Amino acid sequence: MEIIKIGMADLGVAKSPDRLRTTGLGSCVGVVLYDSVHKVAGMAHVMLPESSLGKGGEIAIGKYADTAIPRLIQDMKLAGASTTNMVAKLAGGAQMFAFLGKSDSMRIGPRNVEACKMALQQAKIKVVAEDTGGNCGRTIEFDAATGLLQIRTVNQGVKEV
Amino acid sequence: MEYFTKFGDFQFDVLREVGNIGAGNAATALSKLIQKEIDMKVPQVKIIPFDEVADCVGGPEAVVVTVFLRVEGDCPGNMFFILDMASARHVLQQIIGEVKDVEEWTEYEASALHEIGNILTGSYLSSLADFTNLNLQPSVPALAIDMAGAILSYGLLELGQAGDFALTIDTAFFEGNEQVQGHFFLIPDPESLKTLFRSLGVPFDGDY
Repeated sequence: MEIIKIGMADLGVAKSPDRLRTTGLGSCVGVVLYDSVHKVAGMAHVMLPESSLGKGGEIAIGKYADTAIPRLIQDMKLAGASTTNMVAKLAGGAQMFAFLGKSDSMRIGPRNVEACKMALQQAKIKVVAEDTGGNCGRTIEFDAATGLLQIRTVNQGVKEV
Repeated sequence: MEYFTKFGDFQFDVLREVGNIGAGNAATALSKLIQKEIDMKVPQVKIIPFDEVADCVGGPEAVVVTVFLRVEGDCPGNMFFILDMASARHVLQQIIGEVKDVEEWTEYEASALHEIGNILTGSYLSSLADFTNLNLQPSVPALAIDMAGAILSYGLLELGQAGDFALTIDTAFFEGNEQVQGHFFLIPDPESLKTLFRSLGVPFDGDY
């Protein structure tokens, strides 16, 4: 069993019995897709909602919800998954600094969650579990064998969805 | 890395000096607050992938006490004052006396940490504003006690829209016996560097 680490603005795919892990999700959203029939999982650490926000020339695919999710689906298919079996789990999208909430860029957590849901809806993938919002950081680990997502926070300990 | 391609040693030196001046004044303020001598390390100016930003404070999962503020005005950016949990407790002990050795902070303790962060980041920024003659206005500072990765990612949102690397000016400080150690982080927005360098008469032909 291997634990594959997904960095910020990155994405990756794992097959049973491997696991996927990403640490320190704040306003970022950890998107997990899973095909339980073929036991193929994918995870993305999404930082921003839309690639249209990008000011630079080239785009890091894993950074934006609207580019990361289609690529994740594509990569999982290459690994043997099928879209019809896929379900999604989401974690993150917190608002770490409560009263900075006025400006749009500080409301980034909720916007990231909305953008992920929209991209998933377009791909007709159902969100079966989520632990989003709030004001705490999260570390998540997904087990491609069982389909369970473990979510760790500083104050609320560990839970599985 | 296209935004930082025109960086030379001289530009790095200037940014280290920016860290020196800002954190130097803030360290003096901290030293007065806790009535102990505070030493500073040479500021680290780095251009690093987002993933590595949290590494210098113990990794993305390390729990830290952070005061964060947005810098507005001529040279927008993000400023963080970071203490590990043990250091935060030591600072509080010096200032408000008895602090229970538990993971939970009382409202009073959190509020004191918030105010300490406010004073220190304010002192960093005002010395920087004097030095550069730029108009720098801090937002109301916010306190968070959580995973370093989750907190520092807030400083990367503006940069994230422009590229995949962050320029950070990180100044570590410590009390003589290292009971208190922490960091000042300044992460300028990409377009701010030009203004900053111009204000100091430093040549910089970055293509923004």
